[in-house]
Amino acid sequence: MNALKIKKGSNSHSAYNLRSTFSDVIEQHTLAVVVDNEAGVLARVIGLFSGRGYNIESLTVAEVDHTGKRSRITIVTRGTPQVIEQIKAQLGRIIPVHQVNDLTVEGPSVERELALIKVEGAGDHRVEALRLADIFRAKVVDSTLTSFVFELTGTPDKIDAFAELMRPLGLVELARTGVAALSRGDS
Amino acid sequence: MARQMTGAKMVVQALKDQGVDTVFGYPGGAVLPIYDEIFQQNDIKHVLVRHEQGAIHAAEGYARSTGKPGVALVTSGPGATNAVTGLTDALLDSIPIIVLSGQVPTFMIGTDGFQEADTVGITRPCTKHNWLVQDTDDLSRLMHAAFHVATTGRPGPVLVDIPKDVQFATGTYHPKPKSSDFRYQPPLKADTEELTELVAALEVAKRPVFYTGGGVINSGPAASQLLRELVEATGAPITSTLMGLGAYPASGEKWLGMLGMHGLYEANMAMHDCDLMINIGARFDDRITGRTDAFSPNSRKAHIDIDPSSINKVIHVDFPIVGDVAHVLEDMLRIWKARGRKMNREALAKWWQKIDGWREVKCLTYKNSDKIIKPQYALERLEALTKDHDRYITTEVGQHQMWAAQFLGFEDPNRWMTSGGLGTMGYGFPASIGVQMAHPDALVINVAGEASWLMNMQEMGTAVQYRLPVKQFILNNERLGMVRQWQQLLHGERYSSSWSEALPDFVKLAEAFGAKGIQCSDPADLDDAIMEMLNYDGPVIFDCLVEKHENCFPMIPSGKAHNEMLLGDASTEGAIEAGGAVLV
Ligand SMILES: Cc1cc2nc3c(=O)[nH]c(=O)nc-3n(C[C@H](O)[C@H](O)[C@H](O)COP(=O)(O)OP(=O)(O)OC[C@H]3O[C@@H](n4cnc5c(N)ncnc54)[C@H](O)[C@@H]3O)c2cc1C
Ligand SMILES: Cc1ncc(C[n+]2csc(CCOP(=O)(O)OP(=O)(O)O)c2C)c(N)n1
Repeated sequence: MNALKIKKGSNSHSAYNLRSTFSDVIEQHTLAVVVDNEAGVLARVIGLFSGRGYNIESLTVAEVDHTGKRSRITIVTRGTPQVIEQIKAQLGRIIPVHQVNDLTVEGPSVERELALIKVEGAGDHRVEALRLADIFRAKVVDSTLTSFVFELTGTPDKIDAFAELMRPLGLVELARTGVAALSRGDS
Repeated sequence: MARQMTGAKMVVQALKDQGVDTVFGYPGGAVLPIYDEIFQQNDIKHVLVRHEQGAIHAAEGYARSTGKPGVALVTSGPGATNAVTGLTDALLDSIPIIVLSGQVPTFMIGTDGFQEADTVGITRPCTKHNWLVQDTDDLSRLMHAAFHVATTGRPGPVLVDIPKDVQFATGTYHPKPKSSDFRYQPPLKADTEELTELVAALEVAKRPVFYTGGGVINSGPAASQLLRELVEATGAPITSTLMGLGAYPASGEKWLGMLGMHGLYEANMAMHDCDLMINIGARFDDRITGRTDAFSPNSRKAHIDIDPSSINKVIHVDFPIVGDVAHVLEDMLRIWKARGRKMNREALAKWWQKIDGWREVKCLTYKNSDKIIKPQYALERLEALTKDHDRYITTEVGQHQMWAAQFLGFEDPNRWMTSGGLGTMGYGFPASIGVQMAHPDALVINVAGEASWLMNMQEMGTAVQYRLPVKQFILNNERLGMVRQWQQLLHGERYSSSWSEALPDFVKLAEAFGAKGIQCSDPADLDDAIMEMLNYDGPVIFDCLVEKHENCFPMIPSGKAHNEMLLGDASTEGAIEAGGAVLV
């Protein structure tokens, strides 16, 4: 019995072709996750993303309620609408998770990121860097005769744009916090 | 009410307060204080297994057959790592177990101490939740929380890692809280409006089918009762996954048999052709859906599940209903009755005609022999000779498991223990030990393949020591049968490492352990041999020598649709494309 009728490279009948009836548009969502600040909780969240193959564009975490020992994790992720729904449902299953909010769909929100940008150079480049920093309302938080460290707060796009402008002017190091986000208006 | 005691005493006290009567375990340095406490009391029975994997599967068998959580106790390091397969098994099959592991003292954590392993790190992805206890004052609270988490919502395994100094130190014992005191409370009841929409769809459906799963068993006996009532009242056909067998009786008139890769023709055809599919506590596993884009193409689908992440994970559904099966079915029945018990009876009668046509195919037919025992025949005889017993069945993994699901009939829930999601060879024997501990007077049979059985054969020592009369019914084909079948169908009959060589003499093996061994190779002797097994009061290894090259049918090859089922060897020629070979 030879059952091997091979069509080369054929995978149209893959049982893992799971989302055929689903939309394949990739969306970016910002999720706010409130968790008990217990040992290992961040590892659980990150392990969920790596274990199930989801993307993390950025992730920030800090304790926001010291008496209640609650932390807020802000995750920016990308995926099809079905994957985003799965991510939210999977996050919701983690025992120390209190609440999962999808800021992208739950009405308008503010998103901010902080960046520290070190630019080295002299002469015209230095002057131009300062001028652009002023336009972007970046603050100088450290300076030497040959370098600046700028502090910039804004949307990730704004930071991207600033970093791009600084690159030819001597950008040597960039540190970003990742996004923190809140919904607008009263909750 | 708060009392002072050592951590080790707290562990035992918490187990008692949780109503635990049996713990499966294996001692070692990091759990000696707990073993010392176990020694000094009589309420909790400790079963010494021969390998920690056995302890976890035994706890799973105990849990699945009783509806209560199973408990295992292991030492640090190798004890904990040996538990990993069992934890993963319980996670995939939603089995509530609590595993307690010892750990090096807190002041040594991180120093690569003797038998130190990052147990919470290793087991984080294979538990529903886990904790490292840092302080004796937290211990009793976390012990109680472990039972709550393991048994609430979608059940699963929970591990509590307890450093040795935490066991020795004295702290405050907190008694068992009320279940409602915990924050973790997944909703049990579904939205009435959504349920009403589903009932309305059921009333007009022409070709409805109930597709039920392990969630019905998880939900408890009331769920099975309500399911039976719903099926009888509506008259709609019902099929179940491997994990849900017994929730609806196999002798029931509306029963189509198991569905899926090795499911029955009528069940799979009904799933493919239905116009309303009601999934009750099943998870659209890939053994069920086959090719997802061809899965039941013309139906509207409802999914009742307690875990929101199960819904729309694999298959998009039209009626997503989050809730506990028993609660949802109760409301659903109430709504359906209140609306006048309507069904489209005329269409339903036609639907049954179609189904009866599929039943005529008699897809489980096999060619019997009077010279050699066919595995299907062995199970038919086992069924005939044991079905009136107070019977529990466990299985290993492979062809025998599928044949057991096809040829044994389950009339009640919690009577069938099998490793479905992880497919763990070596599960069945220790699981049978766990079941027998919970049901000392029942007939417990592990339907096994010889290869799987060898994976945890050390548990013979446990069975004999505790006088557990578990029957190991081994369908010995001297092959890794399921692997051999796939190699035959998918890999050009190149049988790479798929036979069992240098097998032990199972009769002598049984005798070496002080148990009874029976071998049977002639179909004419089979009934007598099975009766001899049943009549022996003690553990038995039954070495049933069967046809070596039998294939398990029906079979939906990976990547095929439900209506592209293979019914027997003749139909396999050229039927499986290589693309399917990349799938498992
Ligand atoms: C060799 C081999 C072959 C196999 N072939 C087949 C086959 O042909 N057919 C087959 O069916 N299986 C087969 N399986 C098993 C298969 O891999 C899956 O384990 C099985 O199909 C899953 O069953 P299930 O959908 O009932 O889900 P389970 O794993 O039992 O999951 C239960 C679902 O119910 C939900 N739930 C839990 N508790 C509740 C509650 N109280 N209320 C509501 N919902 C709840 C859970 O969230 C989950 O979504 C095979 C396994 C092996 C090893
Ligand atoms: C621990 C483990 N290793 C490997 C496999 C892959 N596997 C699935 S079935 C099977 C063969 C089982 O052989 P046997 O127990 O003799 O049962 P049979 O199929 O012959 O009935 C194997 C190797 C598995 N499921 N589990």
